[in-house]
Amino acid sequence: MRKPTEDGPIVRGVCVALTIGFVVLFLVMPLLTVFSQALDKGVEAALDALTNPDSLSAIWLTLIVAAIAVPLNLLFGVSAAWAIAKHDFRGKSLLVSLVDLPFSVSPVIAGLIYVLIFGMQGWLGPWLREHDVQIIFALPGLVLATIFVTFPFVARELIPLMTDQGRDEEEAAISLGASGLQTFFRVTLPNIKWGLLYGVLLCNARAMGEFGAVSVVSGHIRGQTNTMPLHVEVLYNDYQFVGAFAVASLLALLAIVTLVLKSLLEWRFADEIAAAHRH
Amino acid sequence: MAAIPSTAFRWREPGVLPGFGLSLGFTVFYLSAIVLIPLAALLIRPWELGWVGFWEAVTAPRVLASLKLSFGGAAIAALNAVFGLIVAWALVRYRFPFKRLVDALVDLPFALPTAVAGIALSTLYAPNGWLGAPLAAWGLKVAYTPLGVVVALVFIGLPFVVRTLQPVISELGAEAEEAAATLGASRAQTLIRVVFPALAPALLTGTALAFARAVGEYGSVIFIAGNLPMVSEIAPLLIVIKLEQFDYAGAAAIGVVMLAASFLIILALNLVQSLLATRR
Repeated sequence: MRKPTEDGPIVRGVCVALTIGFVVLFLVMPLLTVFSQALDKGVEAALDALTNPDSLSAIWLTLIVAAIAVPLNLLFGVSAAWAIAKHDFRGKSLLVSLVDLPFSVSPVIAGLIYVLIFGMQGWLGPWLREHDVQIIFALPGLVLATIFVTFPFVARELIPLMTDQGRDEEEAAISLGASGLQTFFRVTLPNIKWGLLYGVLLCNARAMGEFGAVSVVSGHIRGQTNTMPLHVEVLYNDYQFVGAFAVASLLALLAIVTLVLKSLLEWRFADEIAAAHRH
Repeated sequence: MAAIPSTAFRWREPGVLPGFGLSLGFTVFYLSAIVLIPLAALLIRPWELGWVGFWEAVTAPRVLASLKLSFGGAAIAALNAVFGLIVAWALVRYRFPFKRLVDALVDLPFALPTAVAGIALSTLYAPNGWLGAPLAAWGLKVAYTPLGVVVALVFIGLPFVVRTLQPVISELGAEAEEAAATLGASRAQTLIRVVFPALAPALLTGTALAFARAVGEYGSVIFIAGNLPMVSEIAPLLIVIKLEQFDYAGAAAIGVVMLAASFLIILALNLVQSLLATRR
């Protein structure tokens, strides 16, 4: 006989069937579509589409943008978490909610705000044109928009983690004569390394895959300002489906690798990254 | 920084750890430069149209239709509350084959770039697609209609609900349910009167997060929507179109309305939630 706190076999069966059905319909099938469309005309056609100059330059640009945006947000995340978790000051909770603000802003608005400042008719537009500095429709704009949408990832992972860990270890190190930097690198960093990696992983996935925000500031100049997601759009709208899905499958692979690493981190180092997921 | 006299207004509690000025200074500078000042530009820009101009910009029929679609579509996609509750419950309470895989897959909409999701859903639900063809035989058109918008928004919203509910369900513990059963409640009564109220705040939070994300969503929607003005054109797309026509103030006006509306909705949900919390 089943326990009174267990659901009946019918409820159980329906729930599991709905769950699997939903996941297959909404998650597995789109993923399969990406790969099957990429290989529609054979492996060689897909590889050709990936290795043509425009695709290669899109891949390169995506890597550059992520290589600038992720370390900057990492630096910010560590600095914000150090200030917030290891010190007491007024306005702390306001600061914490402001750090999360970019998550509640539409990606298109994230791109729009930089156009309003640096665009042709933006606040600084005329000055920038006089001095021949290009921000919108160029790399700096792509980097700014990417930094905005990935802004909270590292900070929101580290703030609760470092708050939970408290200050005792650092205070002990300082009172034994360690310098601030020594304390950070020898005491704090080893404690937060897996949480840090977790935040960076998610930050990087979003940075490489961001579409809306960079689409507004990119200008879609092929071979110059198209990142991989933008290149997907251009090819798709050109009816070059094999090419579009070939580049898309590269991005899908990135997503799968990210999910595998994420599950691995959650499983292996649950206690050291759990702070952010406990509430 | 350290030389603040003790009689002055103290906004920092003294501590022994170093680096306060540097870390807080950099944090505030970076936050202002990247987020606060640019967002201020968004709030200021539309007013160069004047009150009347602003009002006309945001009440133009095409703008209103797009706002209605973005908010309405997001509201229908709040259906995720039901799907998400079922998925989260099954993942925490039951054992079934491929459970680990299903659990990991729930995060796919977070990890998969939105443009990739967009072209995949669009191909899948197109009239000749794997799912679109059978649905078309039933007379149901999904891709390139407002229904397509909802499908994309359900896709990107699901993980918010599931990931908010999962920890709450696993911490629920069996005691309350056992007590209810001991006192003679049927399983259905226990679920409705004991379990559901305990999950309601988290369910509301997850749904609100999914809703906020759905209102501003762009990449996964524009491919499947068809983007017909007045019918299947979402508000973020209209911002992009206005920018391409160099109508900066008009674009900023739509942006301000979207921001204001989503903040009001999140605020309202927070109020409901604190009410729920005090009632229990």
